[in-house]
This record gives sequence, structure tokens and C-alpha cells, in this order.
Amino acid sequence: MEKTFKNIENVVIRFAGDSGDGMQLAGGRFSDTTAIVGNDLSTLPDYPAEIRAPAGSLAGVSAFQIHFSSKNIHTPGDKVDVLVAMNPAALKVHRAELEPGGMLICNTASFTKKNLTYAGFDSNPLEDGSLEDYFRVYAIDMSKIVAEVCADMSLTPKTVNRTKNLFALGLLYWIYDRPMETTKNWLEMKFAKRPELIEANVRAMEAGYNYGETTEIFTTRYKVDKADLPAGTYRNIVGNYALTLGLVAAAEKSKLPLFYGSYPITPASDILHHLAALKHHNVKTFQAEDEIAGMTSIIGAAFTGNLAVTASSGPGIALKGEALGLAIIAELPMVIVNVQRGGPSTGLPTKTEQADLLQALYGRNGEAPLPVIAAATPGDCFYAAYEACRIALKYMTPVMLLTDGYLANGSEPWAIPNLDDLEPIDVSFADTSSIVDGQFMPYLRNKETLARPWAIPGTAGLEHRIGGLEKEDVTGNVNYDPENHHHMTLTRQQKVNNVVNDIPPTEIYGKSSGELLILSWGGTMGACRSAAEDLQDDGKSVSHVHLRWLNPLPKDLGEILIRFKNVLIPEINMGQLIKLIRAEYLVDAHGLNIVRGKPIGKGVIIEKINERLGS
Amino acid sequence: MAKSKTVQKNKYTKMDFTSDQAVRWCPGCGDYAILAQTQKLFPDLGMDKENVVFISGIGCSSRFPYYMNTYGFHTIHGRAPAIASGVKIANPELSVWVVTGDGDGLSIGGNHTIHLLRRNLDINVLLFNNRIYGLTKGQYSPTSEIGKVTKSSPLGSLDRPFNPLTLALGADATFVARAIDRETKHLQVMIERSYKHKGTSFLEIYQNCNIFNDGAFAPMTNKESKADKVLWLENGQPMLFGAEKNKGIHMDGNTPTIVELNGKFSTDDIMVHNESDYVVASMLANFTYQPEFPDPIGVLYNIDAPVYDDMVSKQIAKAIDVRGTGSIQDLLNSGDTWEVK
Ligand code: SF4
Repeated sequence: MEKTFKNIENVVIRFAGDSGDGMQLAGGRFSDTTAIVGNDLSTLPDYPAEIRAPAGSLAGVSAFQIHFSSKNIHTPGDKVDVLVAMNPAALKVHRAELEPGGMLICNTASFTKKNLTYAGFDSNPLEDGSLEDYFRVYAIDMSKIVAEVCADMSLTPKTVNRTKNLFALGLLYWIYDRPMETTKNWLEMKFAKRPELIEANVRAMEAGYNYGETTEIFTTRYKVDKADLPAGTYRNIVGNYALTLGLVAAAEKSKLPLFYGSYPITPASDILHHLAALKHHNVKTFQAEDEIAGMTSIIGAAFTGNLAVTASSGPGIALKGEALGLAIIAELPMVIVNVQRGGPSTGLPTKTEQADLLQALYGRNGEAPLPVIAAATPGDCFYAAYEACRIALKYMTPVMLLTDGYLANGSEPWAIPNLDDLEPIDVSFADTSSIVDGQFMPYLRNKETLARPWAIPGTAGLEHRIGGLEKEDVTGNVNYDPENHHHMTLTRQQKVNNVVNDIPPTEIYGKSSGELLILSWGGTMGACRSAAEDLQDDGKSVSHVHLRWLNPLPKDLGEILIRFKNVLIPEINMGQLIKLIRAEYLVDAHGLNIVRGKPIGKGVIIEKINERLGS
Repeated sequence: MAKSKTVQKNKYTKMDFTSDQAVRWCPGCGDYAILAQTQKLFPDLGMDKENVVFISGIGCSSRFPYYMNTYGFHTIHGRAPAIASGVKIANPELSVWVVTGDGDGLSIGGNHTIHLLRRNLDINVLLFNNRIYGLTKGQYSPTSEIGKVTKSSPLGSLDRPFNPLTLALGADATFVARAIDRETKHLQVMIERSYKHKGTSFLEIYQNCNIFNDGAFAPMTNKESKADKVLWLENGQPMLFGAEKNKGIHMDGNTPTIVELNGKFSTDDIMVHNESDYVVASMLANFTYQPEFPDPIGVLYNIDAPVYDDMVSKQIAKAIDVRGTGSIQDLLNSGDTWEVK
């Protein structure tokens, strides 16, 4: 039958199913294809903390959301246009976010009595008519179709049934007019040693595609044009991988070996996995016995002249706190990454949150300042990691880099940087020229930055001792004098304050004064920018400033803030940046604080702003 | 063995390893003897001193690095083994020494100690065991004997003590030895052997804290008793002790017993020490805290095993060999890419 094409700008698809249904895989493949087609996109995987929650349970639902567009977009989207629900539990968990009139695609084979009861349905919603009033429902027996198309293959029914995610993927490729080539190539690589699996998965995907083409159920296909992205070579990139590349780039630019010491923790472990595969880049990875050893091993590596990095999440950062103090007093360069997740305690290991900002700034004993930088988007994790390394090496200080579960696992199209365009990182180790009157002075500082010399073991004539006890400035000898302690406390603070000289002038998105300024940090950047765009299109006097550095804050921030009547700070915490802004600038800022383990959507921000502006 | 691959450039004396910092242990503390023997021995080890790094945690013993004119890092409580691991992996050419105590290395830092031992990095651990907390002024430690009366255990400690040697053996250490602060010549030999062992060396040193636990090792150091209370270990030699060397360890089936060489038993009946035998080492280590047995002093265990930092370097070399030296620009450009004009 005749199929019509319709042009649309924006689509949000959510793939949801049981943990074993391969939803992350389907979402990932759809993203890569969509990137290559030239749309802008943003993704959000949402998977359970349990490795194998009972099949069919609500706790075991795993989802992957992708927002793609012919326009420039910044978030994985608020409301869902298409929900793929592979079982009743997935429908139960996610139906509330499907737009009225949205497309609901279900695998009927999974809607068994047992699964329905397990998910808390009294009757089968695909049969009792309870969904038709709200959504366009497509109930398809995917399991049966994949069994048919693979009938002549000698695979177990279980193996065949596992290809149903590819069926769903194929169907969506048809609906949104995307090629299957990229996925075919990927399958060929992934299952290079098992050609029968390549065959089965390709058949399932083609069956899904043909199902759209040949059945009469689907009448409309959609076209989403290429987005108008700046010129360049692009790839789709996930945050944790971008971060990894940023670290390796910094190592190569600074000509230092990269030492990465860490203990596995969700959602930071992927950085360890990625780096462990890059040994040929002269990367040393050390899987430490615990979080403390992850941190202290990098202190040792930093003392020895490596580019030293660790990553963890909130609970691990708490354990690293004491050692961070040592890194600060020893004034050694290193980067500590916190991929934030829901807290307190073990909290929500696989969900996102921004509630470790104050921990980053203040979570240590004594006056223990360190520079804090936060990545804004998955791709920005590269630049934030690179910048964190550069500043650590320039100022001889530990630097904390904040990302979060959403940034770490989310993805977006990314213009591949040219290494030559990145700011240089010049490192020079101390040599005998820093010897004064026959003695090496480990705390003789650079006048401009206040950085101390980096004298690494193996350098003749510079043998010296440092440690966690307060030290005399210049000589570094242990010193308990009250005046010296006061002086050293101020000096350590001043050194961190000096990083402000490396922060470029703040960019204001929109007018430089007006009714309301949205102030954001970290992963809420996208939602805030999207809200500002929509409100500006609406003629509202709303601007947006995003903070990359949280410590120190940019020089010009104070004067910017007072040019707006209202300041709104959306955060996935109970109001942490807002405390800082109020204390620092005496500005009556307002918060928008939602702590649901998910990125904040632009919708609530717009709502809140309209409410504040009385419109 | 020796860590620096470069040929030693300098000839040193003890003074070259002595820093300008005033030593601040209590007068009479056993730490002085250990420091002096280390400073005396180091000129003979053939290392350039810029390649020597001392790492310590917290405690009286952990002041040690300040007094050695080498690279030194006085870090935080219990973490020296992990920091030292970072140093050694970052630059395997360095000779890395950890100075720790019974509290630092076995209590707050116990986890790092056992993991350092199992990985077998080429690091030398000197564990000063005084069976008490000195720096915090006299609480019982994880090696204090049951019933010990201290400020924090006025009615006697209820904790069963760790035996550092069995702990090290249990953690699969490749070199396990014990020395006594007062036995200076032997102490030097033990430090030298620790240095020469390739892999992690674990040297427990009985160290008298004359302020809070004076005489903890008196039976092993007093003239009158030490011949009967110390079993000096020598590889390949029978385990004899006593002033006349007329007592020895005899295996009665699987049970070690003390016998006298008085006609019924001769030297042939005495167990011969074998440093590479784990079972022998474990048996010896267990004499500790058993009042009827002498404490074994010397090298209990010494085997060759793959060294972690070597393997790290080899793995990297191999990866480079197989894939070529990685270029970040190539890595950035890899994967599925597309052009936007
Ligand atoms: S307290 Fe004991 S161990 Fe510490 S320095 Fe004094 S005597 Fe030595």
C-alpha cells in the first residue's frame, strides 16, 4: 500500500525492555546511524543497578532514550514521542512519559499472564482498550516473526528470540527512513567469530524494516533532515569515552606518561576500561585495592612525574578525602574525576545527580582549596578533562573534575578536535638551577602562578623530603610556627585563586542584561540552554550563563549577575551552587531543585521561569 | 635486585645519606639504631642516592624519611604502600622503600600492605614492630599481646594479635624476614638482603619503644635469655639455638618440637632451614607468641616470582610492539565518522 512521508523536526524515542532484551544495544545502534545520517542528537541510557534483576520485574527495566533533530539540540528530551516497550514492566514504568498521541510499539509475545501480573496489570492493556484512547498502539508479535525468519537456521529458540531487539530497531529504521548499513557493519565486527549470529540479527532487522514496508499497519514514514552543524569531521561520542580521550590528549601534549589509578565504581568504571585498552599510548592503569589506594597511588605517581589521574563517584570521593588533603599540601599536580551519581551512601548508583559540588569544594579537613571544573555535555568531557590536566600541571595542584551519570553515559555528535588547536601544555621539571645556596628549595614558587617546582626522584642534587605536615614556605621543612601556618594557608588559597587568570570572559547567551538569568553548571547546561532558546523565541527577556569553573568562579560573574532582575539556578540537588552564589555575590538567586536521578528537562525550567516572570 | 640500572656514579659515606634535619625520636628509642644501620649500609649498596625514595605513613617510625638524605615522602596514616606502588609503577628504575609500623602497616593500612605483598612490586618494606602505639601515646596495637594493659585497655586488651610474619606469608609475600633493632650487624644484613630481593621484601624489625612498651622484646635481647629465645635462621643450616647450640627444632611427625642434643638426638634429627619452603616458613612464623618456642630471626622465606612493575612495563612494551605507539589524533579520528560541509 501507499506510504506517505512527513517531514518533522524533532523526535524522542525511548527503547525500553527487560535488562536481557538488548535495549542499550538497540539504542546505541540507532544513535550511531542517526549521527551518520547527519541529525543532531542527544542520548540518555537508563539502566538498573541490578546486574540481573528478575526477568520481567519493574526493577529490571532498562531503557535508552534518544532525541534527534534537524535543529541544534542540547538535551535527550523531556517527553517521549515513541515508546518501544518490549514487555509489560517496561510499559508500566515508562508510559507516563509517552506524549498523548505518541507511538507505542510493543512485543505482544512478552505480554503473558505471568509478566502482566509481575508488572502489576490486572488485564492485558494491549487487549482491554485502555491504551487506544491515549496512544497509537502497535502490538506486534516480534518473537514469532523472528522465529519465522530464522526457522531454517540451526539456532536455539532462545538465541533467535534474542534478536527481537534488532526487529524493533529495523522497524524504527523504516519509520524514520534510516539506512541499515552501519548496523550491519557493526554486527559483522561484533560477531566476527559467530557468523550465524550476524545472519540471524540481520534477518531480524530486515524483518522489522520490511514489516513497516509491507504491512498496512504503518502508513506514514517520517523524515528528519540533516541538522545544520558547524563544518567538520564528526563522530558520535559517549561522555566517559570523551573524557578518556581528553586525558590521553593531555598526556600526549604534555609529553608525560599517563598514570591512572582507580577502583571500579559505577558510573566511572568505563574510564578505567577505556584506558586499560590504551596501553600502546604509554598509559599505565592500576586497578587499586580500594578507593584510597586509587587516590594515594596517583599521589605517588604525581610525585614521580607522571600525569596522574583517578576517577570515582561520590562514595569513592568521600574515601579519597584525606588523601586529597595530602595532595593539596604536597602541592602535586593530578586530576580527580567525580562521575556523580545519586546519593547519599550507595544511593542510586546508575542514576545521575549533581549533589557533590559542595563535597568537591569543601569535603576535606582543614583549609584545603582546589580548583573545580565541570563538564557540560558528553562531548565537553574531552575538553574539561584536558583543561583540568593543563591547570593541574600549570599550577601544581590537584584539580577536581565533575561529570555525572548522564554525561558519562549520554552521547552526542562531536566535531573531532585537531590536536594542534588545543592549548599547549608545557611541563618542565625542576633542575639544579632551582638550588639556592647549595640547597634545593621545594617550595620556592613561580611568582606569577605560585606553583612550586616539580622535582622528581631520579634528579641528582634535588633530593628532598615532603609530607603532610605543615611546611615552611620555600624550604619545605616541617614547621609549626603560627605565622608560617597562616602564611601557607593564604598562599595555598591564593594559588587556587590565581587559576581565575586562565578562565576566559564569561559568555552570555542572550542579552547582557534583562529580566532573568539562568545560571547553570555541569550536565544541566543543555536543558538550561534549550529553555533559554525557547523563551527568547517567545520574546522573553531571558539569558543564560553556564559555569565551567566552580572554583575559582570567573572574574566577571559578579557584575553579570547584578544586571539581571532575577537569577534562577536549576540544579539536580537541594541547592548547592546557589549557596555559593548567594555567599559570594550577595545575590538573591532562586533555585529549581529536582532530585529524581534524571536530568532536569527544559519543560520544568520554562514553567518555573514563566511563573517567576508572571506570564 | 638493585633497582637503578645506571652504573653508580658516586662513592658515598654515611654522611651522604644523613639529612640536615634534627632527629626527634625519644632518647633511647630503637628507631635510632635502625636509622644508623640504614645510613651506614646504603653507601655499600651501589645506588645513586637520587634514585632512592623513602615513603612512610604516620607514626614514630614514619618520621624516618626526613632523616635520610634521599627523596622522601612522609604521607598519611597507612597509605605508604599504595603511594609507594604509584612511585614504583611510575618509574620502575627507582629503589623504593616503605617505612611503617605495626599500627600504620597492619591496622589502618593493613589492606594496602597485603595487596602490595600479593602484587609483588619491587619495593622494600621495613615494618618497625614495637607492639604499641607510640605517637598517640600508648594505646595497644594490633600486635600487642592479649591482656595488655594500656591507656585504652585498662583491664587488659581483648584483641588477639596479628603475627606480621604469618600475615605476610598469607598474603603470598615473596620475601619475609625478621630482625631486631639491637642486633645491628644482623639488621644490616637483613636490610641488604631485602634490597637484593627482586619483588616485595617484608622485613619486620623488633623495635623497642622505651617510653610506652619498654622491654617488649627483652627475652630476645637480654644477655641472659636471648640465646634460648632467639632462633637465628640460616639457609641450609640446622635450626639450632641455646648458648651451646645444643637445642634444636625436631619434627615429630608434623609437629615441631624442641629437643636437646644429648645423645638421643643428634644434629641429623634437627630440621634444616630452607628459605624457599613455604611450609617451613609458616611453621617458623608460628613460633612467635608461643612462649615455649624461640622467636625466629632472619630470612624465613625467599622465592622468585614475577614482579608487578616489570610486568607493567612489559605489557606496555608488548602493546606498542603489536599496535605501534598510539597517536591520540588517530584515536580521535577513529570509529564511524562523517563530514559536515
Ligand atoms: S614513643 Fe616510643 S617509638 Fe615513639 S619515638 Fe618514643 S620511644 Fe620511639
